[in-house]
Amino acid sequence: MRRLVRATPFMGSAALVVLVGPGLRAGAAAAEVRAPDGAFAPDANAAKEGVLLNQDARISGRIDILDRRADVLIQPRGREWEGYHETWLQPLGVLVILGTLLLLGLFYAAMGPLRLTRGRSGRTVTRFSPGERFAHWLAAISFVLLALTGLNVTYGKIVLRPVIGPDAFSAFAQWVKYTHNYAGIAFALGLLTIAALWLRQNLPTRLDLAWLRAGGGYLSETHVSAGRFNAGEKLVFWFAVLAGVAITASGVVLLFPFYGTTIAGMQLAHIVHSLTAIAFVAVILGHIYVGTIGTEGAIEAMVSGEVDVNWAREHHDLWLAETMAGSAPNERPEPASLGRQGA
Amino acid sequence: MARMKFLCDADRCIECNACVTACKNEHEVPWGINRRRVITLNDGKPGERSVSMACMHCTEAPCAAVCPTSCFLPTEDGIVLHSKDLCIGCGYCFYACPFGAPQYPRVGNFGTRGKMDKCTYCAGGAGPEPTGSMEEYVKYGSNRLAEGKLPLCAEMCSTKSLLAGDGEMIARIYKERVVTRGYGSGAWGWKTAYREDVSA
Repeated sequence: MRRLVRATPFMGSAALVVLVGPGLRAGAAAAEVRAPDGAFAPDANAAKEGVLLNQDARISGRIDILDRRADVLIQPRGREWEGYHETWLQPLGVLVILGTLLLLGLFYAAMGPLRLTRGRSGRTVTRFSPGERFAHWLAAISFVLLALTGLNVTYGKIVLRPVIGPDAFSAFAQWVKYTHNYAGIAFALGLLTIAALWLRQNLPTRLDLAWLRAGGGYLSETHVSAGRFNAGEKLVFWFAVLAGVAITASGVVLLFPFYGTTIAGMQLAHIVHSLTAIAFVAVILGHIYVGTIGTEGAIEAMVSGEVDVNWAREHHDLWLAETMAGSAPNERPEPASLGRQGA
Repeated sequence: MARMKFLCDADRCIECNACVTACKNEHEVPWGINRRRVITLNDGKPGERSVSMACMHCTEAPCAAVCPTSCFLPTEDGIVLHSKDLCIGCGYCFYACPFGAPQYPRVGNFGTRGKMDKCTYCAGGAGPEPTGSMEEYVKYGSNRLAEGKLPLCAEMCSTKSLLAGDGEMIARIYKERVVTRGYGSGAWGWKTAYREDVSA
């Protein structure tokens, strides 16, 4: 009756409601199921949980309180999301992340770092500008923060809580949550800048196939040609861009609950967010390995921006040739040259 | 040992919302939070049913499983209590709850929802506050169970549609009703919450 009253322009006119009411009710009664003998069957049409759950994954209706989002009566998918989070996600994350660390450790033990075959030349060439390095480290530092804080949300209760106790852990987890929520902005900005700066130079070329076939020089002794970015770096770049979009979009959904989403949307966003995060951590672990202990002289490119000419010749020969054609490589500041600069 | 449960006999619920009001009043629940709510299905159609829903105090509660700070404490009576001191307002319990029970005092962009609030089965909280103390009342509402009373929503239900108490006992009452009157639309949420069904 409630809807009928609302639809009537003359709310006070009981007579009109009485007139309109039975007419509409008669129309609805046509679909009513009755007992075989035609008698009124109070239960025959009753809303049934099993039937409604077969029609939809959740049961919702009309609610009187102002919070309309509370109109979902039952959503059994909450249990499924719990199953994903507790039964699948936790072991999967451990397996992928520790597995990656183990593989990298084994690889390092077996192969050691990729050394410069002809040593250092003493002369350097500029590989990354201060702007490029800023964008990289903005994304990198925020990524490490996000990864550690994110891991705490999933594994903190297993690893850290028993060690420091429930109260200290909750106080810590509260700050971890805020760090995670706000570091996401820095990460998105850093990644966006990286994408804008390096997009053109990361477009695939024919050279990349040869580079990949030779294992990037890691698996074979053969020298492989590469431009400013080799195929391995391009793969990391494109993975970071695509995973970055997925993780940022799903993160924004979770940051702003109920803005255009429902609980189902947030459950899905969380699944996308967590799976992408695990893959992201694994890939970035590999990236960190290759950029630090895995390759002699590589870290300098992102720290000072300067790389040794021999390093550039071995890893990015085509880019070096291109750069050298424009200008001479930078002299490494030796005592004599320092004196000249001081004069 | 009793296993406390809720059972809403939807064939008796007249959508008076007295359970909602009683709960809000008994616990001085803040504005915007509803620990209990009544939802009407097939509104205005034949077979319309209303169901009063709150935290069902699930068996193997999903909220407790997913909570990143393990702030939930399922009691020996099967009541799912939580500690507002340990809650960080992340929203995970809200994703996992099949019944929309967890409530938050604020809208909560950037994770600023505040401490989660939900039905306590009128049994206070899992924090360190002494039972029946003012501190406990302010955080979780009154602790009727400690006084030997059942949840107020069910106690004052005008049609005795909402039943609270030991699961076996309220299931027996419901079955008797179904047999006597010849129909029943089922114990709403029991399959999801307790992994069992009540059929007469």
